[in-house]
Amino acid sequence: MAEILVLTEHRQGEMQEISLEMLAKGQQLAEQTKKELTAVLLGKGVASMADEVKRYCHHILVMEDDLLANFNSEPYQDVLSFLIKERKPSLVLMGHTAFGMDLAPPLATAAGIPLATDCYEIEVKGDAVIPYRQMYGGKMCAEVHFKEAPCHMITVRAGSFPAEGLKEINGAVEQVSFQFDKDYAYKKFLQYVEAAVGDVDITQADVLVAVGRGIGDSENLPMVEELAKLLGGVVACSRPVADKHWLPKERQVGTSGKTVKPKLYIAFGISGAFQHLAGMKNAATIIAVNKDPKAPIFSVAHYGIVDDLMKVVPSLVAKVRERKGA
Amino acid sequence: MDIIVCIKRVPEVAEIDLQVDQTGKSIKEEGLVFGVNDWDNYAVEEAVRIKEKHGGKVTAITVGSAESEEVIRRALALGADEAVMVTDPQADGSDAYAIAKVLAAAIKEIPYDIILTGVLADDDGCAQVGVTLAELLGIPHATLVTAIEIEEKQVKIKRELEGGMEEELVVATPALFTIQSGINEPRYVSIMGIRKVAKKEVATRDLGTLGLSPNQVGPAGSFTTVERIFPPPVGEGAQILEGSSDEVATKVMDVFQKGGVI
Ligand SMILES: Cc1cc2nc3c(=O)[nH]c(=O)nc-3n(C[C@H](O)[C@H](O)[C@H](O)COP(=O)(O)OP(=O)(O)OC[C@H]3O[C@@H](n4cnc5c(N)ncnc54)[C@H](O)[C@@H]3O)c2cc1C
Ligand SMILES: Nc1ncnc2c1ncn2[C@@H]1O[C@H](COP(=O)(O)O)[C@@H](O)[C@H]1O
Repeated sequence: MAEILVLTEHRQGEMQEISLEMLAKGQQLAEQTKKELTAVLLGKGVASMADEVKRYCHHILVMEDDLLANFNSEPYQDVLSFLIKERKPSLVLMGHTAFGMDLAPPLATAAGIPLATDCYEIEVKGDAVIPYRQMYGGKMCAEVHFKEAPCHMITVRAGSFPAEGLKEINGAVEQVSFQFDKDYAYKKFLQYVEAAVGDVDITQADVLVAVGRGIGDSENLPMVEELAKLLGGVVACSRPVADKHWLPKERQVGTSGKTVKPKLYIAFGISGAFQHLAGMKNAATIIAVNKDPKAPIFSVAHYGIVDDLMKVVPSLVAKVRERKGA
Repeated sequence: MDIIVCIKRVPEVAEIDLQVDQTGKSIKEEGLVFGVNDWDNYAVEEAVRIKEKHGGKVTAITVGSAESEEVIRRALALGADEAVMVTDPQADGSDAYAIAKVLAAAIKEIPYDIILTGVLADDDGCAQVGVTLAELLGIPHATLVTAIEIEEKQVKIKRELEGGMEEELVVATPALFTIQSGINEPRYVSIMGIRKVAKKEVATRDLGTLGLSPNQVGPAGSFTTVERIFPPPVGEGAQILEGSSDEVATKVMDVFQKGGVI
């Protein structure tokens, strides 16, 4: 029986949430297509993780090796190519993460497998598996059709499938026997570099006043800082603002920055790319200010103001001052 | 160090009300302003910096319509030495895999030590072309690169992981890196700078000159096709606060108050 293969992802001994999200979606797809769900777990010292993962799939294929200790797309690709050849899955799921982005395209290309990246939904229609993805910074969605092939591959956007619905299957652990025939000296992991710690920890703030590329220039930051101060909060930002060094990197909210959950998040001039939303969508109250009524940020915001932030910020500053009688 | 940098012309979509065209598969392009993909700007800058420090030649390459000449000229103005443009209507409708095949064919005739691409293209957002190209060329790669340090016969790089964490790797050349935004500060290109390169030669190629047959590209040569596009379904969405500046500010104060912020 053909199966659905899910590549679990972990780092420094910790299972990543995306693995469980994929298993949850994998369970659903397996049911819909009458297939079995098989997890793959590669690493070193991963036995306890294997025990956790086996609860949610029919089979878990485990391989431990020093070459797999830290993620490196090259040995991973060789083991997975072998497994795909051997087991002939009909679908392979991987995270659209730093891990999956490095691994999925070469693996798919070498094995001749059609690949759709960064998918937020997967539907089954008859025999076809149909991925959905976003384009144009989240302003359009696309239904993607695969060329017919014995196997398809999809990388999954983090946060798209809730892991809560996972059912207990209690599958069997199987060891993979695969022999590496090289040492991969041409691509070698050296070390992890932890994120820099700054003077302000935005994850601890109740109020975050965040600015995006729409701020236009670092000269416009003082008025935003003033508003944040009046509200007892701090200033955060989207990636382009940190890239330009207008604010330090540790103020960046999103997948490659911080995940925050303040009481209040005000977004000025932030379009609402998925990578940003992932870091702030769970704030209790979100107010978005953007000139563009179609900006995706308005889909997660509770309140929106469609206007020029250059006008809105000063008027809010004045109003808060007035309220505070200062 | 000879470097090839891949760039793509994409529409600017901020503040634009994108419309689906009559095919239902793509957006209406009339009236849109196009420019170089943001990530590719960083890639070109990085290529030019490496050249300035270590010598060698930078070749910019793009696959796209005749209009792509503007982005390739911009790369020349930024400091690229040579430019290659692959233009062929038969390549329309190519997915990331097919575009990588075209790039691989075009790159066969250019010597290189390093290939740089952006992490992703602003329009399709696949994050796929660069790494696919590396596999087709049989060279190692690293994605999401935030620092490059050239050593002998190898490159020390940092790549970005989730949550602000990074990892350090060494990769032997020739190799391909996909460049993450913020790796450098791209220099400013003036109109004068663009004018200066107006007469520079841009080598043009089509499928025939690259030895590709039409069924290797376009929808026939692709692994995926976009069946239809549609605007994201609006869920509940934000409650839009309207009125004069003062009225809006008053409404925001109510929200602040309700949230216990003031
Ligand atoms: C692997 C990866 C990781 C990433 N990680 C992150 C991350 O952690 N965090 C993050 O934020 N991004 C991240 N990004 C980048 C992300 O894809 C977007 O490019 C980025 O979030 C866009 O930032 P922005 O909204 O500030 O800019 P833009 O998308 O350019 O939006 C600017 C907005 O400002 C509005 N605007 C302009 N002028 C005004 C004005 N005067 N008044 C009001 N509105 C105005 C415009 O309408 C527009 O909507 C990542 C990307 C990748 C590939
Ligand atoms: N048509 C193209 N021509 C040249 N380079 C491209 C093209 N499409 C994509 N690229 C490169 O591949 C990167 C990733 O694109 P994508 O996989 O489409 O998200 C871009 O940043 C470019 O460097």
